[in-house]
Amino acid sequence: MRKLTTPFIGLSAGMLLVAPWIINAAPYESTMGLVQKVFYFHFPSAILFLVASLICGVHSFRFLFMKRQSADAWALSAAELGLLFGALTLVTGPLWARKAWGVWWVWDPRLTSSLLLFLIFASYLMLRKYGGPGSERLAAGMALFGMLNVPFIYVSVNVWRTLHPQTSVVPTLPTDMGIPLWFCFAAFTMLFLALLTLRATLELQRARVEALYLAEDEA
Amino acid sequence: MSEFFRVAWHIVRKDMTVEIRSREILFTTLLFAVSVVLVFSFAIVREGRAPDDVAAGILWVAISFAGTLAMGRTFERERYNDTLRALMLAPADRPAVYTGKLLGLLLLLGLVEIVLVPLVGLLFSAPIFAYPIMLITLLATGTIGFAAVGTLFAAMLVRVRSRDTLLPVLLYPITIPVMIAGVRGTAALFQATPDEPMARFWIGLLIFWDAIFLTLALWTFEPVMTE
Amino acid sequence: MNRLTVVDVARHYGRRKALSQISFTCDAGEIVGLLGPNGAGKSTLLNVLATLVTPSRGSVQYGDRSASEGGAEIRGMIGMLGHDLFLYPELTARENLTFFAQLYGVTGVAGTVTAALDQAGLAERADDFVSSFSRGMRQRVALERALLHGPRLILLDEPFTGLDQASTAALVARLQGRQQAGCLIILATHDLDVADGLLSRAIYLKDGRMVGTDTESRGLADRYRRAIQ
Repeated sequence: MRKLTTPFIGLSAGMLLVAPWIINAAPYESTMGLVQKVFYFHFPSAILFLVASLICGVHSFRFLFMKRQSADAWALSAAELGLLFGALTLVTGPLWARKAWGVWWVWDPRLTSSLLLFLIFASYLMLRKYGGPGSERLAAGMALFGMLNVPFIYVSVNVWRTLHPQTSVVPTLPTDMGIPLWFCFAAFTMLFLALLTLRATLELQRARVEALYLAEDEA
Repeated sequence: MSEFFRVAWHIVRKDMTVEIRSREILFTTLLFAVSVVLVFSFAIVREGRAPDDVAAGILWVAISFAGTLAMGRTFERERYNDTLRALMLAPADRPAVYTGKLLGLLLLLGLVEIVLVPLVGLLFSAPIFAYPIMLITLLATGTIGFAAVGTLFAAMLVRVRSRDTLLPVLLYPITIPVMIAGVRGTAALFQATPDEPMARFWIGLLIFWDAIFLTLALWTFEPVMTE
Repeated sequence: MNRLTVVDVARHYGRRKALSQISFTCDAGEIVGLLGPNGAGKSTLLNVLATLVTPSRGSVQYGDRSASEGGAEIRGMIGMLGHDLFLYPELTARENLTFFAQLYGVTGVAGTVTAALDQAGLAERADDFVSSFSRGMRQRVALERALLHGPRLILLDEPFTGLDQASTAALVARLQGRQQAGCLIILATHDLDVADGLLSRAIYLKDGRMVGTDTESRGLADRYRRAIQ
């Protein structure tokens, strides 16, 4: 994974540079027109937001129950990226909503639980920062509860009637809309994976420096 | 198994004994909850009447604020002479300690709700006696979900310096789904024509959340509490 | 449990080394003293031995069981008197002891509690609130609380703090009684006068490390000062 970070960043940077042209070439959606094109950024961000939560949850589980110290670095990294991609989602969403639905925000299940998940990431990071020594375990416990939100977010649009498009929309997109979508999706995912690995490696190295520091004056 | 509940029961009894002597947590929590209801009522009332559907929201906000306060206080008691350490030192199952603390908190919140519900019914002319069993079930399942997570978090934060501010910060985002279900279900029952199936739906969802939260809390209590 | 084996135990809090390279062995029937200045790591080490804190490195063996597998069984063998006494001030002495006896699964709770109260010499004050007790009296209740379930390993954190002559002598007698019954007692203290003559072994701690051990029972004070230099 580590070796791929540079090519991933290079590739995704290149792809995102080219993306505006590709998005421009995509056809207009029938009812919403130009505004709909935010979707090509909004959708990958949203998915990666949920993926970050799952990664954080899984590594928190490994840290807490399987006592794998290194898992903590990945959990932290995933939480920070979750905050980032969550912010992206919660900004691109309302921008789109304002034009498409006429309001900046509605309190439907998906938006509400997405906002909550964002807040959960924020409080996770706050706990790690202000909780003092040993807060990694506490935060890991909390992350497990936070992760429970994710399936709820995904399923909520299918259970409740809401302005949000249902989950069945994406697989049924026509090809000329599908191509820019998967293009952007690939770019975002590579960026996500690269950043995740870099941050986790940084954290692991910080832990290693600390271990060296601690071992310093032992014979 | 009976060992588990025996330990939990002894902890509940101990907490009740301490509480009955001073009644400190009960009275302060009760007063706080009533204040919350009144403050929100004053803020929302217009031309002498409150808008519809507000009663349920105010009730649950009061429960969650008061609950957070009570949780913090019960674990503060265990911090005082480091008795939490003594509880952890016991050869008992750690989840049993958690369960004991949870049951104590539920009893306390139950007493608070016994006062709050009639108060809200009075202030907002809400039909609290229309579907008493459903209302009680709603309150019970919602409070259990909230308290299950709260007891775990309050215990987790006992040794953390900024525990008073961190507890609500951590607790609310995670328990808001429970709160929403509680409010929606209660609102469905408080409507002019109560919507029973709706309330039943929310109760079902709450039971689902409760099962998940309780299981997860019991599971994570020990790893999270060992230093 | 006959032998306690501590191997290369270390405990870090971030960059702070609370304990490092702690290794020693002791057997049942010993009274071991952990001596050192404030911040030396005595309390941390006691918490590690009580399984309340997991060491960052190293292992602790209780007889043939290691700390990581033992869990509840090992805790049943341990009695601890912490610095903060672990008593509920809003309960009476009897209620405190009864609660902990029930929690620890002691059989014949009422009888054990009465015996404990007699041992502590507090039978007449049994139904008074602990908050009304003096430090010495609270200490006595706390000690009996720690011994209710007949633990084989007794850990005490600064037990002589704030005790007068009579209470100190009583505590010493109680500990020696337990020692003769075959318990292993480990206590942290910086009261050298009491420690002198009581301990069968002393471990000197400074800045989280062992700076010496001692099995001579008299003349502790001088050797301690030299070791801690």
